[in-house]
Amino acid sequence: MDIHEYQAKELFRQAGIPVPPGEVATTPEEAEAIAARLGGKVVVKAQVHTGGRGKAGGVKLADSAAEAKEHASRILGMEINGLTVGKVLVTPAEDIASEAYVGVLIDRKSQAPIFMVSPEGGVDIEEVARVNPEAIRKVSIDPRYGLLPHQAYSMATFLYEDPALVKQATKVIGQLYRAFSANSCSLAEINPLIVTPAGEVKAIDAKVSIDESALFRLPEVEAFRDLDAEPASETKAREASLSFVKLDGDVGCCVNGAGLAMATMDLVKYYGGEPANFLDIGGSSNPDKVVAALEIITADPSVKSILFNIFGGITRCDDVANGIVTAMKRIDIQVPIVIRLTGTNEEEALEILKGAGFEAYTSMDAVVEKAVQLAASA
Amino acid sequence: MSIFIDRQSRVVVQGITGRDGSFHTHQMVEYGTDVVAGVTPGKGGQSFTSSTGKEIPIFNTVEDAREATGANVSVIYVPPAFAAGAIMEAADAGVEFIVAITEGIPVLDMTRAAGFVRDRGARLLGPNCPGLITPGQAKVGIIPGQITTPGPVGVISRSGTLTYEAVNQLTQAGIGQTTCVGIGGDPIIGTNFIDCLEAFSKDPDTKAIAMIGEIGGTDEQEAAEWIRDHLEIPVVGFIAGQTAPPGRQMGHAGAIISGSAGTAAEKMKVFEACGLAVAKRPADIRVLIGEALGL
Repeated sequence: MDIHEYQAKELFRQAGIPVPPGEVATTPEEAEAIAARLGGKVVVKAQVHTGGRGKAGGVKLADSAAEAKEHASRILGMEINGLTVGKVLVTPAEDIASEAYVGVLIDRKSQAPIFMVSPEGGVDIEEVARVNPEAIRKVSIDPRYGLLPHQAYSMATFLYEDPALVKQATKVIGQLYRAFSANSCSLAEINPLIVTPAGEVKAIDAKVSIDESALFRLPEVEAFRDLDAEPASETKAREASLSFVKLDGDVGCCVNGAGLAMATMDLVKYYGGEPANFLDIGGSSNPDKVVAALEIITADPSVKSILFNIFGGITRCDDVANGIVTAMKRIDIQVPIVIRLTGTNEEEALEILKGAGFEAYTSMDAVVEKAVQLAASA
Repeated sequence: MSIFIDRQSRVVVQGITGRDGSFHTHQMVEYGTDVVAGVTPGKGGQSFTSSTGKEIPIFNTVEDAREATGANVSVIYVPPAFAAGAIMEAADAGVEFIVAITEGIPVLDMTRAAGFVRDRGARLLGPNCPGLITPGQAKVGIIPGQITTPGPVGVISRSGTLTYEAVNQLTQAGIGQTTCVGIGGDPIIGTNFIDCLEAFSKDPDTKAIAMIGEIGGTDEQEAAEWIRDHLEIPVVGFIAGQTAPPGRQMGHAGAIISGSAGTAAEKMKVFEACGLAVAKRPADIRVLIGEALGL
């Protein structure tokens, strides 16, 4: 789960990291009032779950409260990478002597948290990795011992020469690991970590992603979830324990299993169609889940056909077929539905479905081709 | 022959009295797996009666179970909050092969458990995996037995039902399998593609391999390079998620394209460059395996 910059900064503050003050506004007037309270120059920053905010015009410097209001009115409601800005952070503008990068994330290869630090901050770290890889230092952390003092110190010396700065950075790196670990982050990043002309080290931007699987034990972090930042369909899917991602096509997909769901989307594309969604309905034959899935899929007006692709392994196909038939009685669907079931008891399942008036298949290719055709001719 | 499990495997089920644990214990015993013990804290001394009438003793700890029964394989159906602990308990008790079915284990928990298991020289399969099956001998996990049949193909996959799809098609085409292994869809897993490839390369009965990957990470690319440098037998590769958008998790916690790495296109390109036969859709896996075996 991605959280907003202002929320990430809150977690950083709790860990003791020096973060400038700031408040969130949802209207230009609020932004103006915050800027007036802070006094002096401020930055108005779009709060959206995507990078490239600056390039898109979502981060603006304001000399006065009136200017902050002006910027906020332009940024609020703006679309950045398809996401609408609903909130801005208003924070004092800091004078910057230098910018560094400090981040920690879960590294799949070493199966451990890994720090990445670079004296070249304020830019896309992937770009630095490509152009100037020796400007990045990576340090793998054994999660059983945590970040060791010498590791934090050696990273700090990679960033700065001045002992006073090294001392501050060592502390910040330790605090960042604490925030990362206490909040079960998959990523915690300060970019940039600045040095002010007065020689203070501060975090002026923050990016944090939380491991979804750990949220059950982090209620205060779960509360950061911004329902406005995701399509309503995805909120509904999560509440129904369905794994759903909205896409741009017109063939609705309802599949059991994540790998098979991806392969089904790919096959839609293979036959010249475009999938409308990723949806993993899971392993049960529960009609409630089928109803929820269909409600979510059909709420998307671009969906022109719906295909079910179910592999019945442990869950028997006839159970799944009965679940689908029961679900269909409870919901009125206007678009054509084609169903493919294969695996245990597939013959019985086909009879149940055909008896209820559905087009049923056992071949994945055949059902996908048919669904693509139906969408194209709708 | 086979990899990782066979009819000699003595299995302890952690979480045997839970809903999933009990259901799949029945299935495993029906298939012929030698389930010798169950573990549920607080229920030590009781026993579990399988659908076939077998009495399986329940212990409070894996250590007790191992001492009493000589179990050498563990399968874990414990809820996510306790699963990493269950994995470490099994490794501490000296179990050599640990299969973690549980989905949704916090990643930080897994970083600790993975290191713990490694240090004790045990092998972990999963988590968030369907387990594995050696057709005709034993299954550990949740793969439906009836879709498999003994034969010459090794199957390795990050997913569940997509594996069943491919295996079912092989079986229906009369092509059997040595062992089918689901390595799991999480970002941190105990056994990766290369571990399985290495094991298959030492199994004289495995004449071809189907490797089913998905978006996210670079395991498939490294596996392809390993195949190019070390493996004599043919490998057919498939990648799910060609239409997945970047930055979005596609069901599996590990199925996410982050930055420029981990796209299906990139993985398929490396497959081709390393000499794998690349299946464009699931139905091609069976066809290409057939060709590789000269059928």
